[in-house]
Amino acid sequence: MTGPERLITPEDVRHVARLARLALDDDEVARYAVQLSAILEAVDAVRRLDTADVPPTAHPFPVENVLRPDTEMPSLDREWVLAQAPVAESNRFRVPRIMGEAP
Amino acid sequence: MSARPAPEFGSLVEIAERVRSGTLSARAVLSQSLDRIRELEGDLHCFNAVTEQAAMEDADHIDHLVRSGADPGPLAGVPVALKDNLCTEGVPTTCSSKILEGWLPPYDATVVRRLRDAGAIAVGKTNLDEFAMGSSTENSAFGPTKNPWDTGRVPGGSSGGSAAAVAAGMVPLSFGSDTGGSIRQPAALCGIVGVKPTYGVVSRYGLIAFASSLDQIGPFATTVADAALGLEVIAGHDPMDSTSLDRPAPSVLATLGDGVEGLRIGIVEDFLSVGSDCRDAVVAAGEALSAAGAKVDQVAIPELLLGLPAYYVIAPAEASSNLSRYDGVRYGLRVDGPDVETMNARTRGEGFGPEVKRRIMMGTYALSAGYYDAYYGQAQKARTLVIRAFEAAYKNFDVLLTPTTPSVAFPFGSKVADPIEMYMCDLCSIPSSLAGHPAASVPFALSSEGLPIGIQVLAPALGESVMMRVAASLEKAAPRAARGPVTP
Repeated sequence: MTGPERLITPEDVRHVARLARLALDDDEVARYAVQLSAILEAVDAVRRLDTADVPPTAHPFPVENVLRPDTEMPSLDREWVLAQAPVAESNRFRVPRIMGEAP
Repeated sequence: MSARPAPEFGSLVEIAERVRSGTLSARAVLSQSLDRIRELEGDLHCFNAVTEQAAMEDADHIDHLVRSGADPGPLAGVPVALKDNLCTEGVPTTCSSKILEGWLPPYDATVVRRLRDAGAIAVGKTNLDEFAMGSSTENSAFGPTKNPWDTGRVPGGSSGGSAAAVAAGMVPLSFGSDTGGSIRQPAALCGIVGVKPTYGVVSRYGLIAFASSLDQIGPFATTVADAALGLEVIAGHDPMDSTSLDRPAPSVLATLGDGVEGLRIGIVEDFLSVGSDCRDAVVAAGEALSAAGAKVDQVAIPELLLGLPAYYVIAPAEASSNLSRYDGVRYGLRVDGPDVETMNARTRGEGFGPEVKRRIMMGTYALSAGYYDAYYGQAQKARTLVIRAFEAAYKNFDVLLTPTTPSVAFPFGSKVADPIEMYMCDLCSIPSSLAGHPAASVPFALSSEGLPIGIQVLAPALGESVMMRVAASLEKAAPRAARGPVTP
């Protein structure tokens, strides 16, 4: 599966994994370097395409902002929603510390 | 090969009519479904959950409505199976991922709500490739589903559980989602009908997102007429989905028997380099339609071959964004860490399987600084070229024909080592997804090994009516042995 040209290095994989918030072990990093290189090679026809004057399509049909009247409607049941969280406390989702200790 | 014909439910219209008139109880129809599931589920693993108790209560409710003179609706008493990425209130919805294990959605997807309102009975949630990423169900965190035609082979994917459940005669109707072929490919591999509607015809509210500009929900059934009824029930505008088309859904049932006389049908030449059995089936399908009065020609649309590489940039890019919500905070799995970022990364590293991680990585790369224009930007332009090529072709043709898949159902393990080879399964189904067009797969022939082959009928946006007419004509010309249900 290894292409003639190794496009993605293990260092690239670690960088992308950090952006994607994915903890990978060393085996995964090595494997994804090979596999992502192969995938990039397989989609290379797209990269090489001459697209001068071709507009991009983000969506099959034009998407417009959809608004509704600003009227009160029931929302999701708060207790039910919080019960789905790994940790909830005082009607909030609880997460680990975000900022460091105060100096 | 030992697949034998299986007991059938009869047409959905018939079931619903008999239930509505009180000559058949919803409970009795449900029993046939549950008995069959009990008999075969251990061998096939179609379901992540069978909701037997709730289904019996729902069936009793339908029977009660009938006795009290109320009309339960056009799917009265029809047992249905739902892909496990469709939210069901209070019933686990896992996407076949460890990261959502134990999550109980607080609401029903619009599709689920419409099915219930039409009198259908939900019997369970079906297995899929994790987050609908895959073509074999081998990416399910809970183990693969087996093909009822040959349990050594995959049912296709990602909606493999929904396809196999119909193909094995467990339910007469099921629903899946299709992003690049996830309804059509398993329908073809399981010898049943599968329909991907025009983007926006069916609400995505409550469908757990994979790639939002491509995802559509659609039906599986053993006949074109049953699939058409399933589609009509779920179609139509929904204010809860901002991409839902605000116009009447295409009517398909009424015109199903109108034939193909005078229709211009194009066989896409560029997809004839597939396996010989599949190629022969498309050529035979063209001949059958020609004999039925259609004008059939071959047409070259080489731009459609850009579909596969464009899709494998666009879909992972959208997925990497959509799946960022699984962060260990609001639902599902959390693996603790000293700070939020470490907790997020550990949760996702442990909760997602290899293919989902691969796509998140690919998508994040394609969207990252320095590569966005080269990959994502270029893929979006390739998407434009695919759409333009379709527009040009539909000036000369009413519908297009291709094989649904390059090959018949393959043995377990034969493609897992090479992601690219697995991606190739979607070669013929991806272009319509990129264009937002409808497409249907109809069982048409058997391969030399006795495995089903599907023909794909493509139509322009909102062309469901003519597409299903052609599908019905193909069904008429196909041998009965080429379609399910079968007994493994």
